[in-house]
Amino acid sequence: MKKLWLIIPLMLFALFLGVAAYQLTQPRDTLVRSTMIGKPLPAFDLPGATDDAPRVASGLFADGQPRLLNVWATWCVPCIAEAPQLEELAKRGVPIVGIAIRDEPEAIAQFLEQYGDPYAAIARDDIAEVQLALGSSGVPETFVIDGKGIIRHQHIGDIRESDVDEIYAKWEAAK
Amino acid sequence: MIAEIGLAALWLAAGLCALQFIAGVLGVREAGADGAVHPVSALARPAAVVQGLLLLVAFACLLRVFAVTDLSVSLVADNSHVDKPFIYRLAAAWGNHEGSMLLWVTILGLAGGLVALFERRMDDRFMKAVLAAQAFIALGFLAFLLFSSNPFARLNPPADFGAGLNPLLQDIGLAFHPPTLYLGYVGLSVAFSFVVAGLVTRQAGPELARVMRPWVLAAWVALTLGIAAGSYWAYYELGWGGWWFWDPVENASLMPWLAATALLHSVSVLAARDALRTWTIMLGVVAFSMSMVGTFLVRSGILTSVHAFAVDPERGAFILGLLAIYVGGGFGLFALRAGALAEGKRFALVSREGALVFNNVMLSGILAVVLLGTLYPLAAEALGTRVSIGPPYYNPVSAIFAVPMLLVLLVGPLLRWKRDSLSRIAVPLAIVGALLAASVTVLLLFTDAGVLPILGLAIAVALALASWLPLRGRKLKRVPLALWGSMLAHFGVAVSLAGMASETAFSIERLVAVEAGESVAVGPYQVTLQEVDPVAGPNWTALEGRLAITGGGVDTVLRPQARYFTDPPQSTSESALLTRWDGQFYAILGDAAGEGRWQLRLWWKPFVTLIWYGALLIALGGLLSIFGHLRASARSRRIREEVARRRAEKALL
Repeated sequence: MKKLWLIIPLMLFALFLGVAAYQLTQPRDTLVRSTMIGKPLPAFDLPGATDDAPRVASGLFADGQPRLLNVWATWCVPCIAEAPQLEELAKRGVPIVGIAIRDEPEAIAQFLEQYGDPYAAIARDDIAEVQLALGSSGVPETFVIDGKGIIRHQHIGDIRESDVDEIYAKWEAAK
Repeated sequence: MIAEIGLAALWLAAGLCALQFIAGVLGVREAGADGAVHPVSALARPAAVVQGLLLLVAFACLLRVFAVTDLSVSLVADNSHVDKPFIYRLAAAWGNHEGSMLLWVTILGLAGGLVALFERRMDDRFMKAVLAAQAFIALGFLAFLLFSSNPFARLNPPADFGAGLNPLLQDIGLAFHPPTLYLGYVGLSVAFSFVVAGLVTRQAGPELARVMRPWVLAAWVALTLGIAAGSYWAYYELGWGGWWFWDPVENASLMPWLAATALLHSVSVLAARDALRTWTIMLGVVAFSMSMVGTFLVRSGILTSVHAFAVDPERGAFILGLLAIYVGGGFGLFALRAGALAEGKRFALVSREGALVFNNVMLSGILAVVLLGTLYPLAAEALGTRVSIGPPYYNPVSAIFAVPMLLVLLVGPLLRWKRDSLSRIAVPLAIVGALLAASVTVLLLFTDAGVLPILGLAIAVALALASWLPLRGRKLKRVPLALWGSMLAHFGVAVSLAGMASETAFSIERLVAVEAGESVAVGPYQVTLQEVDPVAGPNWTALEGRLAITGGGVDTVLRPQARYFTDPPQSTSESALLTRWDGQFYAILGDAAGEGRWQLRLWWKPFVTLIWYGALLIALGGLLSIFGHLRASARSRRIREEVARRRAEKALL
């Protein structure tokens, strides 16, 4: 009896070891879902991509027309990879508003020239404040915003060819 | 070149560590058989000393490459930047995974060297076992460094600028937070080695407790300071206005502290009365396991935390392996051997031992509460649900154990060893009880604070007096240094508790959006936003608010900042603090709220600073105790030698 309790710490530790080892081998869910889904787009008013472009404000979204809001940057490699898919969506008639995170006007102009320009408008978020307000944790991310300015869907990471139909369907559904 | 010297020193240290282990094991085995000691075993002590020096050389090399920003070293390129101020370039050396592991191993090596050089109180076989255990621990961490976290790896071609240190970590308080915690963890590892040696050589008496005690105390002092520094850092740097968040990373440092607190009290019982043998041995293993578990939780990123800075599952697996070997081995040895230990001396319920056992049980209760709260999300996630556990669980549940413990602390130090009666201490008991009751009554009548803060404040008041009551009936000049230490530490608990309770009960928080020229009242102060201006620092730019604070005998300007760092890009809130004798005023500049208005978060926190002053007193008490015990032990050894010499002289005559 007296010997028995001496093993208890070892048993408890073995239990901990088992759980920790199991958890360590599990794939980590690294995606951080925005809690803003279903809520109105946070208010913003940002400068345009280039110095002569008009400002882009959140008021733009509440005109009855659903849109995609694409959070991207010229320094982000996956953003290059998703450029053809955005082009495809734009071709199907989806208006896309871009928010360039921590970017330079010259770099944006060069990027659009090189990889195509699917955007209806581009805003520059130099301190990532709108990105943070959106609950976006990285670039690229794409949000579907309905005609009332409510965030309906969040796509984390670059849009692959296989994602295009789904995103288009979400945009259709937001009408 | 410097980096290669550092790496070579690391490999040499690893070799010596292996030698120390073999020598230690041979020393234990041979001496056990026929009394003859294997010649190699004599190398254990020198190997430990030289190993400590080599690790110091390796760490100095790391500091050097960071000081000159040698961007051909990959670690420097990843974590430092040419524009960084000198002190943060140095701090960047251990503000990352590899560097901090090297620091850990260096401190471990130096501690091993100290043990080898100075610890002569125990017999040779016991010391060989200690050095073998010490070497076994160091070997694992050296292997970890050399095979999966080489801090001296070169980068070809060298980087141009360097990536910079996480700006949240660019802070003088935090520069010294990790080294202090590591001192604590290492101290507990030394205590663990002593415990293992005690189990191996079947010695678990007062002598073991006496050699362990300085290390446990030192570890505990360092942990106390480390936790206090970390808490103050989180308080003013994260800008959330709180001083403890029950975050997994904070809990990771709190758990070893709780175990160490229990251990240092049970070690005292073992040293003075030869009781609680098995329990003390177990706590020795538990305390070290908690520091390992803490390191694992922080480093593996297995728990999502607001401040997990070094997350890497592969390294997590390595640390988990080390954890399995050391802690599993420790508990396994305990299960096998502890049953064979002779039972310690018995004692009555009402006695100093009784009070200390109560303290130990309650501390273990709090430890279990924190451990469960920290690990529960991990277990729940394995079962497919995500939970988050916060203050609504930790505060009341840990109070169930903390409040009775603090109440017993009011009288425990007054009790005699072995057997005592409450009637003997009736007078001080009545005084403390009356003070407690009076404080509760006053607080109930004149404040609308919650139950826990009222209890906390009342106990703090009573304890502030009770902690000095052991002086009663003693000649001041003859009070031992160690007793001064313990009284000061208990007084520190009262001070800290008062700060915590007062902050919880009486803080005033205002969240406002104001334009320049507007003012708001916060507690006794009138706050006016004068202006918001851009300012620039060495590697950041910021918006700085100018807040005029008037009222309550104050007329000053605070400048909270919202900082934007460029390398790497990140923004931080720099709180502005006004420290008064009776509390702190805390201001945060938030976002622009449109139409020229700015968000401000303002707090008046009465007596919040007592939390950290209390922690300093606790640590100071611990230091006094270390010196007291070391001095007493040196004196008794001198007396023993003197007696032996006289006897020898007498025998000659």
